[in-house]
Amino acid sequence: MTVPGPQDEEALKRRRRRSIVLGIVLGALVLIFYVLTIVKMGPGVLNRDL
Amino acid sequence: MAYIDDSNSLPAYDGGARVEDYFELLKPRVMSLVVFTAAIGMLLAPGGINPVIGFIAILAIAIAGGASGALNMWYDSDIDAVMSRTANRPIPAGRIERDHALALGLVLSVFSVVLLGLATNWLAAGLLAFTIFFYAVIYTMWLKRSTPQNIVIGGAAGAFPPMVAWAAVTGTVSLESCLLFLIIFFWTPPHFWALALYKQSDYGAAGIPMLPNVAGNDATKLQILVYSLVLVATTLVPGFIGFGGVIYMAAAAVLGLSFLWFAWRLFRTRDDKAMRKAGRSLFTFSLSYLAIIFLALLADRVAGYLGVSL
Repeated sequence: MTVPGPQDEEALKRRRRRSIVLGIVLGALVLIFYVLTIVKMGPGVLNRDL
Repeated sequence: MAYIDDSNSLPAYDGGARVEDYFELLKPRVMSLVVFTAAIGMLLAPGGINPVIGFIAILAIAIAGGASGALNMWYDSDIDAVMSRTANRPIPAGRIERDHALALGLVLSVFSVVLLGLATNWLAAGLLAFTIFFYAVIYTMWLKRSTPQNIVIGGAAGAFPPMVAWAAVTGTVSLESCLLFLIIFFWTPPHFWALALYKQSDYGAAGIPMLPNVAGNDATKLQILVYSLVLVATTLVPGFIGFGGVIYMAAAAVLGLSFLWFAWRLFRTRDDKAMRKAGRSLFTFSLSYLAIIFLALLADRVAGYLGVSL
């Protein structure tokens, strides 16, 4: 097994940060669409026939 | 060891781009100006908007600004590499591949337009789509390299955000939102030509036909003065149609006279050194000028809400 060189470690670190930020952005996207949907439906969201 | 150095001057490197490099592609400083003018446009629009939807609309407009920046950097990477001001951008510096910038720009463009359309209305979304198209295609790909009037017409792209925000609230394009557009539109040429006057060797090296390189310094100074006059005249119109009140008119008059004074001082310079200095002063002043003009419109509106009679 080869020991990862400092450059590999740096590359891994960067890739990990990119993945984390992408995850956060996708999470925010879901949240935005969820909140937007609720706000658009307004108070009437609970007021309907069962 | 260079790879530990976390500065922006980091050379191309196999480890891939940093998150910050992608963020830089979105031109965060331009984005902040877009957010500022759009937010004011939104607050000035009659009728009001749900604050959550308003926030999402501003976010969509900001993302569209970022997308335009990424598309601009994708297309312009060749000329960015030869100008000192832009040589360290992510693509010419080798930190991000061109294709990645294109992909990011296209994805964000589509996303921002769809988001604004779903959140508010499709007129606003259509205007936003047109803004991105105007900046990326009409300005970046076509006018920037072909005519010294590039920034006059290209400046329209930067003038759209308050109009888009206004349309997001009201669903219409009105005289007031056109005035917001026109103020930024006429502000852009003196602002950028002042920059070009003290950075012209840069633009010349990149082969961009900026006015000073093509028509000469004297013609540029004259055009700055003419556009400044048109700008100041435009900023007075809101007062006459009841869109701006006493606070706004006072600010527009004082700031307008100051703007004309800076432009006149630049016009009167004879030697190169004085011209660069005056150009820099006008450029710096013009940034505060636009911000205060917009804030003054808002101040009038706030005073109206609070019932302060002037």
